[in-house]
Amino acid sequence: MVDNDKIEALVTQAAVAFSQAEANGSLDELAQARAAHTGKDSPLRAMQRTLGGLSNEDRRLVGSQIQTGLKQMESVLAGAEDRLRARDLQARLVRETVDVTADIQLHPVGAVHPLTGLIHRMCDVFVAMGWQVAEGPEAEAEWLNFDALNFTADHPARFMSDTLFLDPPENHRLLRTHTSPVQMRALLSRSLPVYVVAPGKVYRADEYDATHLPVFHQIEGLAVDKGLSMADLKGTLDHLARAMFGSQVRTRLRPHYFPFTEPSAEMDLLCFVCHGASATDPSKPCRTCKSQGWIEWGGCGVVNPAVLRAAGVDSNVYSGFAFGMGVDRTVMFRNNASDLRDFVEADVRFSRQLEGVAR
Amino acid sequence: MRVPYSWLTTYAQVADDADPLRLANALTEAGLQVERIEDPSRNIDGPVVVGQVLDFVAEPQKNGKTIRWCQVDVGQSNPPGQPSRGIVCGADNFAVGDFVPVVLPGTVLPGGFQIAARKTYGHVSDGMICAEDELGLGTDHAGIIVFAPGEGVHPGADALELLGAKDPVYEIDVTPDEGYCLSVRGLAREAAQITGSVFTDPYSTPLPEPVDQGYPVVLESPDCQVFVAISVSGLNPDAVSPAWMVRRLKAVGIRSISLAVDVTNYVMVESGQPLHAYDAARLNGPIRVRKARASEHLVTLDHVDRALSPDDLLITDDSGPIGLAGVMGGLTTELTDDTTQILLEAAWFSPASVGRTYRRHHLPSEASRRFERAVDTSVAFAAARRAAELLRDLGSATILDAITVVGQPQPMPSLTLNDVQVPSRILGIELSDDTIAQTLRASGIQVDVASDGAWTLTPPTWRPDLVHAYDYVEEVGRKIGLSAIQPRVPTAPAGAGYTREQRARRAVIEAVAQAGFVEVIPLPFMAGADLDRMGLPGDDPRRAVVRIANPLSEAQPYLRTSLLPGLLAAINRNTSRSLTDLALFECGSVFRAGEPGALIMPDVRHRPGPDDIERLFSSLPIQPRHLAVVLTGDWRAASPLANAEPATWVHAVYAALTAAAALGVTLVRRPAQVMPWHPGRCADLGVVRDGQFVSVGWAGELHPQVVEDWTLPKRACAMELDLDALIELAPPTGQIRELSAHPATKQDVAVVVDTTVSAADLQAALVAGAGPLLESITLFDIFTGDQIGTTKKSMAYALVFRATDRTLTEAEASQARDQAVAEAARRCGAVLRA
Repeated sequence: MVDNDKIEALVTQAAVAFSQAEANGSLDELAQARAAHTGKDSPLRAMQRTLGGLSNEDRRLVGSQIQTGLKQMESVLAGAEDRLRARDLQARLVRETVDVTADIQLHPVGAVHPLTGLIHRMCDVFVAMGWQVAEGPEAEAEWLNFDALNFTADHPARFMSDTLFLDPPENHRLLRTHTSPVQMRALLSRSLPVYVVAPGKVYRADEYDATHLPVFHQIEGLAVDKGLSMADLKGTLDHLARAMFGSQVRTRLRPHYFPFTEPSAEMDLLCFVCHGASATDPSKPCRTCKSQGWIEWGGCGVVNPAVLRAAGVDSNVYSGFAFGMGVDRTVMFRNNASDLRDFVEADVRFSRQLEGVAR
Repeated sequence: MRVPYSWLTTYAQVADDADPLRLANALTEAGLQVERIEDPSRNIDGPVVVGQVLDFVAEPQKNGKTIRWCQVDVGQSNPPGQPSRGIVCGADNFAVGDFVPVVLPGTVLPGGFQIAARKTYGHVSDGMICAEDELGLGTDHAGIIVFAPGEGVHPGADALELLGAKDPVYEIDVTPDEGYCLSVRGLAREAAQITGSVFTDPYSTPLPEPVDQGYPVVLESPDCQVFVAISVSGLNPDAVSPAWMVRRLKAVGIRSISLAVDVTNYVMVESGQPLHAYDAARLNGPIRVRKARASEHLVTLDHVDRALSPDDLLITDDSGPIGLAGVMGGLTTELTDDTTQILLEAAWFSPASVGRTYRRHHLPSEASRRFERAVDTSVAFAAARRAAELLRDLGSATILDAITVVGQPQPMPSLTLNDVQVPSRILGIELSDDTIAQTLRASGIQVDVASDGAWTLTPPTWRPDLVHAYDYVEEVGRKIGLSAIQPRVPTAPAGAGYTREQRARRAVIEAVAQAGFVEVIPLPFMAGADLDRMGLPGDDPRRAVVRIANPLSEAQPYLRTSLLPGLLAAINRNTSRSLTDLALFECGSVFRAGEPGALIMPDVRHRPGPDDIERLFSSLPIQPRHLAVVLTGDWRAASPLANAEPATWVHAVYAALTAAAALGVTLVRRPAQVMPWHPGRCADLGVVRDGQFVSVGWAGELHPQVVEDWTLPKRACAMELDLDALIELAPPTGQIRELSAHPATKQDVAVVVDTTVSAADLQAALVAGAGPLLESITLFDIFTGDQIGTTKKSMAYALVFRATDRTLTEAEASQARDQAVAEAARRCGAVLRA
């Protein structure tokens, strides 16, 4: 006959062993104690094997007592194991702590050039209005750059002092002086109505200093449709100006002259620095706008009927408007760039300054 | 065009309280941009008065200078009870009795320079006698200003007023179509019209009918349509130009020469009609206006002997050429100090002819500038007459009654406007017919209304720019003001966004930048030596250069045929600025010589035919857009996490793979030996199309010789590819295949091949042999060592097999692997590594 006290003594022994293992912080020791006290060679299991010799009644009673003892042991064991594992995990987490503020660099920091970024942005504005982006070559036919755009044969812009010609110049090929030849390409190759913008590189025999580059970027716009007027031009450019400079921007059209538009105008922006004050107050001179109060942004106007005629468009039915702004100048206004030479000198620091949507 | 405010408002009677700044703004908004207002008196705070030098004592100083201790009478500004002020002056260009400008103590000069009574050289100097530059009126510091005696010049008078410093001067940007505004008359007319004030035309006398009573003149070229000759005699050779005339001429930028020359210049600026004055005593026989003959010469006023072109329009007399018409007079009939008889010429020369001649002889002048932009065809007589009157009034000359007027101007071309609302329609401003007609009439345009409502418009003689309907639209717009336009955004047809090529290019640029490369945009020119330094052989396609006829610099006369010269120069520039870890990229056009021969110049009066359009578009240099990168130094700098990773050929290839991935293109590589790359470290980049390898560019480490010749950091790397070609080769819309949910089976395999076998070829063989069950293949190790022989390498691959319809057995996977190895053995001599 097995004494229940003996079972309880075994349970107590086991609990002590488990506590000891837990106190020692050792899952291994706990596993050994478990085997010793609940495994098949443990005293309790040995006791279990002797049940066969007992009466049915005793077998049930003692069997149940042994089961209870085992359960008590497992319960104590589980508690010890949970605590021990939690402690281990805690220690591991502390051990594995890193300095997340340390500099990391998986690959170098790249960047698109501010001009590329802004050209993409400007094109987005027009594409959102349903316009298309048109393109043309930088080495261009003289006819497309000048003649078709109503420049007379002796117009000063054609002089070698202003325009870079491909050798020999009498072969009538040149480096386009503006993105406007794309206007003519668009009119000659697309069906009406035409709404296109054309960004790109242009060339002038110009000096090279802080405010002039012989190679710079323009974005050209051309819309030819029925019933277009200068009101459409102003609305379009106002929209672009707001997209570029924010809703507070103020614009004006100032009459000007270009061979390929009539009437022609310059699009001016109210000076970002003096807000026009320098124009009326001599005591507040402004370097940004040279005390004009306004900054010239780009040329524009109604497409000259002579240009439409050269493209075979009937100016009695269709009218249009065109404009061209310097992208480089726009970057100067938007991002406070002060020296145009930085745009072409390829210093990596220049391109890296404008990141992501901060372009 | 420079114009003093006082001169402008002599003829445009603006309101008394008109403000020079407001008028400037109004002119600007009407298309006459006032770029600058020069107003020196703004920078002087306090009185500057006229002083008369009563006496002075020259006192040599120890420092070698001699100063003058002067007693100067400054009128009401003399100290109480004193006849003069004592002032020390370092200049010696004045005499007793001269009138000089005196800055009184308390006045602040430009630059914040405050004048005070102070002790110097042993005297108390009670003011300052000053030079032009000290007042900010010019740069002259050769001596102090001495006033010529005359009206208003007396002790105590306002010196700034006399110097014209209180008269603001406008600098106006006159556009090429507004030649009439290269005159005070034209500007005043505009100013009056836009401010609604009265304009008085000082040149309203019309051109008389032809008359030949004066000096004989014969016109022999249509490039001269009108010639007026008026003679004066008895000019007092000692007469000088009055101060007001000198001041106004100086304000517009013309130096005073002599009374006669000053008068012609003054009238030119005021009327817009250039005049020429001949010494009548030195003329020989009738004046003939004709084109130059072969091998004729003329010594012009600037003492240059000029060989004339048969296209040059000349003024001649019996002695031969005496002037380049509208450009510059000849030396033989130049006015001298003794000239008393003058023949005044006022003529109308063809703008194109004058333009060609002054450019041919590099002689831009005030006169040629005005002729080139078309002078009023009817102002010649009025201008010549006014000049004669000024010579009479200021130089005691007598105007001879007998005058010559030859030729008559062409009538101004009229335009019939059937739709008189064109200005409203094109400007986008609703204007009544009356408003339009009134505006045009105010501009001097004759508006004749026909019974059917059509208008016939005839411009005034000073407005040759008004020809077409839209010219009149612009005139209305300028005068109404473009601020009246209510903006409206037009509705374009529904669009489909960017084209495939545009999206592709943008994706590539963004991807390469994201991968770590910095975009730069250097100038696209190059030197011939750049190609030599790249080591390109003579027959390399990149030698097919396009030369610029008039390059900005003879050192770089070519358009680039490769992006690399610009990028290599960019490395040099960055390196010189201590920026040595570089990964730069550029996306831009290169230029290869294309169609030779002259390009057509079709008639612009109609659309060119389809063949001509094709020729215009395509007979140009070949201009593909390229993508290129260069790398130096470390790709990734050392960090707490990892050692530095030097930039190598791998990163150059990586740039190409990044671009290809952005386009969905599978780029294949094979070894290449192409300059400027290292022959053992250069990959030919290509796309397999219809079983053929189509090369689009190269990537790798640069050739050591190139690195040396360009003084690049060692082991610099580069990639360049034809982006247009790559985009062309990109696959169309992709297909999504069904995904297999069955488990994959992995098999590793190592094969030994000759070191000359490329990884790409070996992998292609394994893929081909493995068949459709192969899902992926990854090269994870290359081993070389004595165990496998010095000319061999072991390549280890991880193969993943998967079937779409079942779980593969190990046997199936092994069979596929064995087939892969068998194919590698067949194509590349591969042996399974034991």
